[in-house]
Order: sequence, then structure tokens, then C-alpha cells
Amino acid sequence: MMLAAGVIALAAGTYAFRWAGPALRSRVRFPERARQLLEIGAVVLLAALVAVTTLPFGTGHVGVALPAGVVVGGVLAWRRSPLLVVILAAAATTALLRLLGVS
Amino acid sequence: MRSIWRTLDRETLSGIAAVCLAVAVIGVSYGTTAVAEGFPVWLPVLLGTVVLAGGAEFLFIGIVAAGGNPIAATLAGLLVNARHLPYGLSVPDVVGTGWRRLIGVHVMNDEAVAMALAESEPDRRRAVYWACGLGVLLAWPGGAALGALIGTVVPDTSVLGLDAVFPAVLLALVIPALRDRTTFGAVCVGTGVAVLSAPFLPAGLPVLLALSGVVVAAIMLGRGAEDSAQPNADYVSCDCGPEEAR
Repeated sequence: MMLAAGVIALAAGTYAFRWAGPALRSRVRFPERARQLLEIGAVVLLAALVAVTTLPFGTGHVGVALPAGVVVGGVLAWRRSPLLVVILAAAATTALLRLLGVS
Repeated sequence: MRSIWRTLDRETLSGIAAVCLAVAVIGVSYGTTAVAEGFPVWLPVLLGTVVLAGGAEFLFIGIVAAGGNPIAATLAGLLVNARHLPYGLSVPDVVGTGWRRLIGVHVMNDEAVAMALAESEPDRRRAVYWACGLGVLLAWPGGAALGALIGTVVPDTSVLGLDAVFPAVLLALVIPALRDRTTFGAVCVGTGVAVLSAPFLPAGLPVLLALSGVVVAAIMLGRGAEDSAQPNADYVSCDCGPEEAR
């Protein structure tokens, strides 16, 4: 039952976070520069999410295989490869390294 | 809904399809993980539908599986999901108005926001957001369901390298924005702060701390726009009229 309550609370709280952003923006008018900074803020959040997922110094085991796969994907994306190529290359690199015994 | 298909060209749609496919693949690894931890098949599917935020769900399931208190797991998940508040502030117009907004805010996720940010034209931005958001709403729980079923048969999916797909896709989505120097500077500082603070803080907080990188962007933009300085009153101008969402 505690688990069910947790699921409901997590879903409701997450919905509230999602609701709050647009609701606040429709009430307060932001100047152009603040708007620009908010967009940069979203990119910074996404990039930080990538970094802490790839290098989990806090929680998990920091390996080589996972960051290597992400870096390969990143390089391909920088060179404007199609997303499907990026996905396959990232997974294949990580899988191959693990197959070779590198974690 | 049909206007989504009229607004978007084939290249954009295939990009969205690739993102949804990737999300489904991550969903598969999520489903298998959840079942491997001893949870019933329906739990990852339900979480995937009503929470619809992968990182928080992995964390929630991980903490409960490790014997943690569900309250602690919920708080950790909420902390990770707090980033959706600034997301909504940065792309407020894409979620739609009226009853559509009820769904529009729910489908706000990392991938849809990143893809929307890459578009500058408002109509295209809205169309990309909805197409990607709804696609993820199908792909994530769908992948989780498939994974949960596979997980009852195959025990270890880490050999497939699927955990590299989520960060790689997000990275590919933000890379176009990094070609802008100001954004790049902010991202370097922000990710540095996040990675270095991660060992000392609960999950979720480091990502939010990365917002400190925006200070760098503010300074860089400020230097460029010193001449056209505007009166401060602009920042707090508030119009509380019910102009939309009715």
C-alpha cells in the first residue's frame, strides 16, 4: 500500500512541476533577455543530465564502457550523423567493450 | 492533431521516430530491470504512463528494491523531476491551451523539450513538441511492457549496451544548441558543477545545481548588450489577465 501511495504521489508531484512552468509564464511577462536565459537554462539541465547519467560519481559504478559509448554517439551527432546511427553506434560501442571484458 | 503532420517535413518526422524508437529501447531495459528486481510486470508500465520520466522511475524502483522507504523513493523521484519546472518556463507556449493543456503538460519530457528548443518558428516548435511528446507517451510505457515480458525470460540486458542510448540521444539533441558560444559556456560550467557535486548530494540535486551555469550566460549576454540596457522595471512587469487558457 505504501508503494501505491508512492506511485500516486510521484505522479501527482511530477504533474504539478510540469504544470507550474507554463502557468507561471502566462502570468508574468519576461523580457527578451530573460527568455533567452531560460532557454539556455533548459539546455544546461539536459546536458547536466547527460553528464551525471554517463559519469555517476554519486551513485553507481563509474565505468569505461558507458562513457565510451556516449562519447562515440556524441562525436557522430556533432558530425551531423542521423540519430539512428548515433543510437546504434552508442549501444554497439558499450556492448562491444563489455563483451571484451571492459566495464 | 492533423496540423502536426502538415507542419512537419519528412526529415523532422523521421528524427522524431528515431527518438521514440530510442525511448522504446530504453523502456525495454527499464522493464527488464524492474522485473529483475522482483516487481510485477504492471508496475513499470503504470509508472511509465503516469510519471512518464525515465530517470525518476529508475531511481524510485532502485530505492524501493534496495529496501528503501517508498517515501524516500518518492522524494528522490520528485527531486529528479523538479527540472520540469524550468523546462516549462523555457517552452511555455508549446503545451497548448484549454483542455489540451491537460495532456500538453503531461507529455513534457527531456526529449520533447530538447527537440522543441531546436526549432525557432513557433508553429513548428509546437508541432515537434506534441509529436515527440505523444510518441514518447506511447513508446516509453510500451517499451517498458515489452521489457518486463522479456525480463521474465532474459535476465541480464546490460550486455546489449542499452544504457548508453538514453544519454547518447539526449546529447545528440542538445548538440545543435551548443554551437552557440554563450550556451556552450553555460553548459561547460553547469555540467562541471553537476558532475563534481554529484558524490556529495542526493540524486537530482546536482542536475538542478547545473543551472548556476546560466549565470555565465547572463554575464556573457550582459557584456554584449550593455549599450542597450533596459530599465529594471521590465523584469517584474506582470499582467495577470486571463488572456488565454480559458
